[in-house]
Amino acid sequence: MKALICIGHVPDTTSKIKFTDNDTKFDTTDIKYIIGPYEELALTRLLDLRDAGNEMHITTVTVGLQDTEPTIRKALAMGADDAVRVNAEPLDDYYVAKQIAEVFKNGDYDFIVTGKESIDHNGSRLDGMIAEFLDLPSISGASKFDIDNGKIKAEQEIEGGTLVLDVSGKFVISAGKGFCPEPEPRIPNMRGIMTARKKPLQVTEPAEAEALTETVKYHLPEPKPACKMIDPENPEELVKLLHEEAKVI
Amino acid sequence: MAVLIYTQNYDGKFKKSVFELVTYGKSVADMLGTDVVAVTTGNIDDNTAKELGKYGASKIVKITNSELNDFSAQAYASAIEQVAKNTDAEVIVFGNNPHGRAIAPRLSVKLTAGFVAGAVALPSSTSPFTVRKRVYSGKAFADVLIKTDKKIISLNQNSYKTEENPVDAGVEEFTAEIPANAYAVKPVEVIKSGGKLSVTDAEILVSGGRGLKGPENWGMIEEMAEILGAGTSCSRPVSDLGWRPHSEHVGQTGKVVAPNLYIAVGISGAIQHLAGVNGSKVMVCINTDPDAPFFEAADYGIIGDAFEVVPKLNEAFKKFKAEN
Ligand SMILES: Cc1cc2nc3c(=O)[nH]c(=O)nc-3n(C[C@H](O)[C@H](O)[C@H](O)COP(=O)(O)OP(=O)(O)OC[C@H]3O[C@@H](n4cnc5c(N)ncnc54)[C@H](O)[C@@H]3O)c2cc1C
Ligand SMILES: Nc1ncnc2c1ncn2[C@@H]1O[C@H](COP(=O)(O)O)[C@@H](O)[C@H]1O
Repeated sequence: MKALICIGHVPDTTSKIKFTDNDTKFDTTDIKYIIGPYEELALTRLLDLRDAGNEMHITTVTVGLQDTEPTIRKALAMGADDAVRVNAEPLDDYYVAKQIAEVFKNGDYDFIVTGKESIDHNGSRLDGMIAEFLDLPSISGASKFDIDNGKIKAEQEIEGGTLVLDVSGKFVISAGKGFCPEPEPRIPNMRGIMTARKKPLQVTEPAEAEALTETVKYHLPEPKPACKMIDPENPEELVKLLHEEAKVI
Repeated sequence: MAVLIYTQNYDGKFKKSVFELVTYGKSVADMLGTDVVAVTTGNIDDNTAKELGKYGASKIVKITNSELNDFSAQAYASAIEQVAKNTDAEVIVFGNNPHGRAIAPRLSVKLTAGFVAGAVALPSSTSPFTVRKRVYSGKAFADVLIKTDKKIISLNQNSYKTEENPVDAGVEEFTAEIPANAYAVKPVEVIKSGGKLSVTDAEILVSGGRGLKGPENWGMIEEMAEILGAGTSCSRPVSDLGWRPHSEHVGQTGKVVAPNLYIAVGISGAIQHLAGVNGSKVMVCINTDPDAPFFEAADYGIIGDAFEVVPKLNEAFKKFKAEN
């Protein structure tokens, strides 16, 4: 099987978020970049399935400029076989999805995996968009992904329950909670890091596409007033504040 | 022209979040000087469908295809596309929930309609069309401009208050053409998660962390939830340790929730936890450690041992509920 996994390059979860240029641009000063946490777990799952004896070739794809390469190399060090980088600024999800759909068309992949959402734009859009560009089924927010005798088993969370799916043919799947049953991302070992340097990283130029949306301004949330402390001996005070001041009970 | 709202029904009934969407759609329609059309599927009787009129929908389109009893993002996107074209919808609104996340991106490509996922407010202007959404896991917001004629918005739950705006709504039936390949991935079974209030639906959540020491101590958490009519949730280590079901895990890698009230008991307030709950209107933290980071995010705090504080607080809640 040949998997194409979409690896985003996002600010570390603990980053302090700031903006520049009159709040129109993300301030990258002192920001450490990582693989998006959902796709990191998704990649871990693919590697686990491969280690369990399933034949699988794993290619990563990232839409980004050269500064994303350390993130891509990390995915290779974790164990992906090779990588494609589409040399373009990820303008919006529609634009990125179009690029990834093109990469898929130009290879002979069996399925595409994305994370459930990126932790910068929080879109949860890419899987459906890629699938629509390719006219393929999409499984959004998969809560299970397994291979049994070469047959793919997947489940998807919907409101109020879980769908058990019969999967055949090519498809796009986004990894939600449960996709990777042991939610500990794989840590590259020394050998992984050494071999990653020699693994193929192909750079391609973007296909013609437009962005449909554009961020015009960022805002930080209003600073919260200091937490009101309540005497543990007097919980009635909390009840009163929740009722009269906060009006939530 | 119209504002089209995807109003999912659950076994023939609507949840409150659907009324939020219709109310929101009505406000957008007012800004544009047009009407609200709601679209739904499956077995829903006309009287229930007409409830949407209370919040401003002037027409309800019921897609009757029995194929849609099985969920397929492809089939749904295609059916809704047909309704969008028939009603000449300019703006299409979804909930930022599993159905919305599965269908809306596909529709965005079908209609070449710019899509803002996770909106938290009305458009700040309709020309240019700009909507605010949550970014960086709640650490910031972005005003996103949609450049296309047709627009799609998915609205975060609990970010728009329902308001009645009664219109006499008409119900129309519609049979869509479903593409032949729409069920290449087919649901073969639906596992229902039971009657419990789901964490994303609950307006109040009582949440427990590792500070509660073990699953045997959740009795007092469930008691509080029961008194308040609340749901229960937990931090990631708690579900990883198997103390609570995975469906209760909230945070960056779990569910993102935005209840009116979030009560965190024995949760330190790690950034990845807060990322999933910082959209809550009011947060309470109960923790022994005065330096727990949760106190910086919370509105109200009690420094104390949960095993002493929670039983007393439950008594106080009970007394309040008896009097109110
Ligand atoms: C990529 C990534 C993603 C993650 N995603 C999530 C996520 O989605 N959700 C999530 O929750 N975490 C997530 N985490 C884990 C997160 O970083 C924290 O480790 C976790 O939230 C801690 O859970 P906790 O607060 O229950 O436990 P602890 O950190 O162990 O805190 C327990 C708290 O209980 C207090 N306490 C102890 N005894 C008592 C008592 N008797 N009464 C009152 N208080 C008491 C302690 O002072 C402490 O503050 C993620 C981590 C990473 C790296
Ligand atoms: N620039 C990118 N290159 C490759 N994959 C991406 C990129 N941006 C996002 N993704 C993938 O798309 C998923 C969902 O992103 P989003 O729709 O932005 O929330 C992420 O979890 C990644 O797997």
